[in-house]
Amino acid sequence: MYLTRDQERMLEGEEGEVVERMFRLLVRLGELYGADRMIPVSSCQVSGVSYKSVGEPGLEFLEDLAGKGARVKVRTTLNPAGLDREGWREMGFPEDFAEKQFRILEAFRRLGAELTATCTPYLAGVVPSRGEHLAWSESSAVSFSNSVLGARTNREGGPSALAAALCGVTPRYGLHLEENRRPTLLVEVEGELRGPSDFSALGYWVGKEAGGEIPYFRGIRGAGTEELKALGAAMAASGAVALFHVEGITPEAGEVETEGLERVRVGRREVEDSYESLTTGEEPDLVVLGCPHASLGELSRTASLLRGRRVKKPLWICTSRRVKEEASLSGLRGEVEGAGGRIVADTCAVVSPLERMGFETVGVDSAKAAHYLPGLCGVRVVFAPPERLLEGILG
Amino acid sequence: MNPGKARGEALVSRSPLSFYGGVDPKTGVVVERGHELQGKSVAGKILVFPRGKGSTVGSYVIYALKKNGVAPLAVVNEETEPIVAAGVILADIPCVDGVDLSQLETGDLVEVDADRGRVEVLRKGGKPQGF
Repeated sequence: MYLTRDQERMLEGEEGEVVERMFRLLVRLGELYGADRMIPVSSCQVSGVSYKSVGEPGLEFLEDLAGKGARVKVRTTLNPAGLDREGWREMGFPEDFAEKQFRILEAFRRLGAELTATCTPYLAGVVPSRGEHLAWSESSAVSFSNSVLGARTNREGGPSALAAALCGVTPRYGLHLEENRRPTLLVEVEGELRGPSDFSALGYWVGKEAGGEIPYFRGIRGAGTEELKALGAAMAASGAVALFHVEGITPEAGEVETEGLERVRVGRREVEDSYESLTTGEEPDLVVLGCPHASLGELSRTASLLRGRRVKKPLWICTSRRVKEEASLSGLRGEVEGAGGRIVADTCAVVSPLERMGFETVGVDSAKAAHYLPGLCGVRVVFAPPERLLEGILG
Repeated sequence: MNPGKARGEALVSRSPLSFYGGVDPKTGVVVERGHELQGKSVAGKILVFPRGKGSTVGSYVIYALKKNGVAPLAVVNEETEPIVAAGVILADIPCVDGVDLSQLETGDLVEVDADRGRVEVLRKGGKPQGF
């Protein structure tokens, strides 16, 4: 692989042990995937932030890095942590868990990362433009930035995204290259999809079918930020889809060739199939919305469903700190809390220690959450549109 | 894959290995239920397995094994995928990939020269096949 003189110096250890090792990691990964050289990245998004995900090994690693004085070279944000930095105590998060989680966040702070802990950095102030190169690791954010924003990132692991952050570059291969961004599967959508949860259900089905393909959707109308976010997140959970195109909507769709692609036809039946196959429980004792993290628009729609009523069971709406703060100022937070709900920032059900908090059945409007919760939190799930979930817990 | 030299006893798995949830970072013992190496320790061994699997947190587990003094002396793979690659580089463990593992058996005395990408069996120590 071609390296610039500055990059060779990193490899020779002139910027210290941490940069040397991290850069060696990027070079090896580049060789593994046939990269010809490194490219600068404009931002990094690092996964492996929740103590529940990385445990003691991750905590020690991050503290070692921070202790050695390593600093990120580009703007770096984090995936959701294991708790709401503000409301954790009130919500009953375990004290010992919180102690470890705050140590991880402190290590990231010392490394120079922004403590924006969200799976939707693009709704929280990091909005890459078309063609920008990134090293992001949260699979739904990778999908959104590639597909909807037209930025370019591979699906990084936690360590490789962190290495890119500390070195400022990533190996040039995969989705950084134009020729690897062309669709490989044509998905024809028939019938009407209602709201983000239907897109999530559809995406889950397509992701299983597509695996690592690049789907090109035809027949989708009126999909906005929330619908596309849900579609991409679900495909990245059931498959390894890191890029998709939607005819007439996403920026690269108009420039790619679809002739001769294998076709698959999907519609209402596939949506219903996902709702049914992912549902393993009956009566939720907790409803969690906001996977991926809710936009201000989604918060506002949920608030209007709650208006004048009160929930009988706990309701969490997970979002980024930034959106929660906007919701506080605009009065939305007051509306949700007035109905007995809670806006939860910095975390989500999947990476939180839910299994230690006494919940048995969780209602979700996201196929991704429904996919991961049984395995990672030991709970049963009900996967349904948000109106139905709320109807079940509203007095 | 990652430079360095080591000599030691081979611990061979024919199936992929997940470090996250599969190997205890404190003791080096394989804890994945039903895995052929379950109950065996990777500490001080030439650890031979086709490839890694599972979560990318596995890289941090390899780092923790080294820090806790229970890491393998070297890693030998058929194919070193990104999880193991990141782990051995962060932990500075010699690693060779692209190796035909069929010649290696648990108990063999093995020399690994990762600078040249070579793995040599010095003495066969494994149980006879079919035993």
